[in-house]
Amino acid sequence: MGMKEKLHQLKLKYQGKKMAPAFNALHTFLYMPNETTHSGSHVRAADDLKRTMNTVILALVPCLLFGMFNAGYQHYSAINGFPESFSLFDHFLTWDNFWVGVTTVLPLVIVSYGVGLAIEFLFAVIKGHEVEEGYLVTGMLVPLIIPVDTPLWMLAIAIAFGVVIGKEVFGGTGMNILNPALTIRAFLFFAYPTWMSGDKVWVHEGVERAGTADAISGETVLGSLAQGSDYAYSLSDMFYGFIPGSVGETSTLLIILGALFLIFSKIASWRIMVSAVAGALAMGLIFNGIVDAGWLPEYSKFYTLMNFPYWQHLVVGGLAFGIVFMATDPVTGSQTNKGKWYYGFFIGFLSVMIRVFNPGYPEGVFLAILLMNVFAPTIDHYVVRGNIKRRLKRFKTATIYPKPSDEVDSLKTETA
Amino acid sequence: MSKDIRIRKGLNINLVGAAEETISKAVTSNVYALNLDDFHGITPKMLIKQGDEIRAGEAIFYNKNDEEMHFVSPVSGELVEIVRGARRKILTLKILADKEQDYIINKVPDLDSDDGEAIKSYLLQCGGWAFIKQRPYDIIADPSVTPKAIFVSAYSTAPLAADPDFTLKGKEQEIQAAIMGLSKLTPGKIHVTVGKSSRSPFSGIRGIELHKISGPHPAGLVGTQINKIDPVNKGEMVWTLSPQDMVMLGELLLTGKFNAERIVALAGSVIKEPKYYKTKIGAEISTFLYASGVNEDRFRLINGDVLTGTKTHTEGHLGFYNNTVTAIPEGDDYEFFGWNKPVFNKISSTRALTFSWLQPKKKYDLDTNTNGEHRAFVVTGRYEEVFPLDIYPLQLLKACMVKDLDEMEQLGLYEVAPEDFSLTEFICISKQPHQQIIREGLDLLQKELG
Repeated sequence: MGMKEKLHQLKLKYQGKKMAPAFNALHTFLYMPNETTHSGSHVRAADDLKRTMNTVILALVPCLLFGMFNAGYQHYSAINGFPESFSLFDHFLTWDNFWVGVTTVLPLVIVSYGVGLAIEFLFAVIKGHEVEEGYLVTGMLVPLIIPVDTPLWMLAIAIAFGVVIGKEVFGGTGMNILNPALTIRAFLFFAYPTWMSGDKVWVHEGVERAGTADAISGETVLGSLAQGSDYAYSLSDMFYGFIPGSVGETSTLLIILGALFLIFSKIASWRIMVSAVAGALAMGLIFNGIVDAGWLPEYSKFYTLMNFPYWQHLVVGGLAFGIVFMATDPVTGSQTNKGKWYYGFFIGFLSVMIRVFNPGYPEGVFLAILLMNVFAPTIDHYVVRGNIKRRLKRFKTATIYPKPSDEVDSLKTETA
Repeated sequence: MSKDIRIRKGLNINLVGAAEETISKAVTSNVYALNLDDFHGITPKMLIKQGDEIRAGEAIFYNKNDEEMHFVSPVSGELVEIVRGARRKILTLKILADKEQDYIINKVPDLDSDDGEAIKSYLLQCGGWAFIKQRPYDIIADPSVTPKAIFVSAYSTAPLAADPDFTLKGKEQEIQAAIMGLSKLTPGKIHVTVGKSSRSPFSGIRGIELHKISGPHPAGLVGTQINKIDPVNKGEMVWTLSPQDMVMLGELLLTGKFNAERIVALAGSVIKEPKYYKTKIGAEISTFLYASGVNEDRFRLINGDVLTGTKTHTEGHLGFYNNTVTAIPEGDDYEFFGWNKPVFNKISSTRALTFSWLQPKKKYDLDTNTNGEHRAFVVTGRYEEVFPLDIYPLQLLKACMVKDLDEMEQLGLYEVAPEDFSLTEFICISKQPHQQIIREGLDLLQKELG
């Protein structure tokens, strides 16, 4: 008896039992189920939710790998200083760097999936529904949007909070209002602010070594800008991602590749991505314009960030990552195509605005997306109203014939 | 006069096993059956008892809510069985056919001088009314309401469906009679839509508004055409007929005979020799299925096309409205890592390691596997790409699911039939039962608002 038959027998054994959802989740991971159509269309297209989520994960893998190397690169550069003449293979793609990634980033991924999926399974068994695939992407996103040295217990608590309060209380995948990964990020930020900002957390061992003779630090570009100080990174560093920051957010190049893959595979909405970029550029231009017009004195604490070239906002911080992988979450974003334009635009617009006006924590994209998550249903409401209004307008010229009763006959004779 | 409509949103589902354009005569069926589920919303009141003899075209039951609406037997013979389900609901009526068929010949109305009322009561009495469907609700038309227009789609884009240009060949006379009769029943127009490059028999018919349509499925669905030509508003009524039913209607009006003969496409990858058969409504499918032969032992037999048809079996009978019978493989098998490996042999509307976009003309052999499990709605913006109606499909489905009557009305439930959601159902990543959701929504709306 092959594995297929054995698992089929097991599935029949578990059918109707409490543990069935847990078994089915593992079973359907190995084998696409033998389910056939019962109502409506007798044939179905090849895509399901697992495939959809898997595509997003594939798009994230380059960012994850880069983040692992970058963890080591930032660590060693903080100790030894940045290499004079940078070479990708000598200084970045090295086993030493990768090993730092393995020991710091991989545990984050394991805790993220371990805790999150355990809660998903638990809820599925208690509530008797199938384990839904939403967490597959969330679990991958979370390690990529937090600092590399985030304590694992902290992450575990945040994930428990995010999955339960952010998703399960609303009914699970597809029902949540806020993006679960960002809910987790927001929880971490507000519960443990010292671990989420400053110039120590972005580099491996930065916090541990603080106050010692071996102290190392690495400020993000935005952090430097917020303090009005200069940053030591070239534009190409920022674009390729050789800068400190959350694990997976630094490489704009790989994020763009991920975006192209998601747009080509038709999994994520290009409308949201394009409009969010447009929104960020628009806000950046406005700020640059204010500086150029001389309305803002140089000693203003907003000056450096406002003076930052508008388009470079897209290559620093988490904006690009947020736009491509978080804003495009179909459940929490606008659901109408027209609404997606507004939704995306405001995410970009607000992200840059929060960046500039919030020097204490210059990363605005997660707050902007969470805010727009809340407004997405409102946007959709007005878009759908437009359709309803069009229909109502048509209704005014409706041709309704009364029932051909005596009334009509009498009318006919009258007009005759 | 003709107007061109171009449909851009949609998806053609090309399947192997299209019916070859030759007509064979099916072996005469012994038993004929009327499946009452075909007449959605009709509560039957029997006019004859089990064991009674009946003639072809004689009324066998009537509509409980409208006693004048008769449903007639396709053949002459003996009513051998009334199959009942839960709460004694009648499911199927089976008639053992006589060797020599004996038809009732009704006294035909004069198509030139008789008024609409006369034609209406003739159709109600003689069983022709069952062919007329209405929107809203997608049910057999309410005879007490005058429609603002009548719509006929003489173009088929559904996968493997019978080609009306072929099946209607030589039926111009009957079609013309049906048009003349129907035109008395509405002060509005009769809109007929044909394919852009088709040689439809409708091109020479008088008294219609002829439209030409092009584009992918669902261009051939009458719901798409109504939405583009003259959408249904709240309170309005339109009728829809399929062209092959119009031929029967026309013959009934011309000769007074209810001739249940019909040309049916037998198609699908399981069929060895897919082709057309001449048979009758309610005939045993096995009378022509095995003439063409089947490749497999286990397969799904469908009354209708793969998107909108109803499941039947080898002992089943041809449905009242169907002119296509499809047989495709059952897909009740597991596929190792089926959810993440690249897919070349299935159709997809995405490019998520699915490669049907590379060969849009390739013909596929799809089975009945759902290719995934039922989930909550997650993905957005996908239905709109295959849904050409000016309606928000996801929002309407959700309104139906939560039974929000106001929202259902406002979002345009009046305009649609379940079949309009067959393509969104096909591509649905969450594998939601769209057609069932819409059907339940329509039933609820009708019940609540009448």
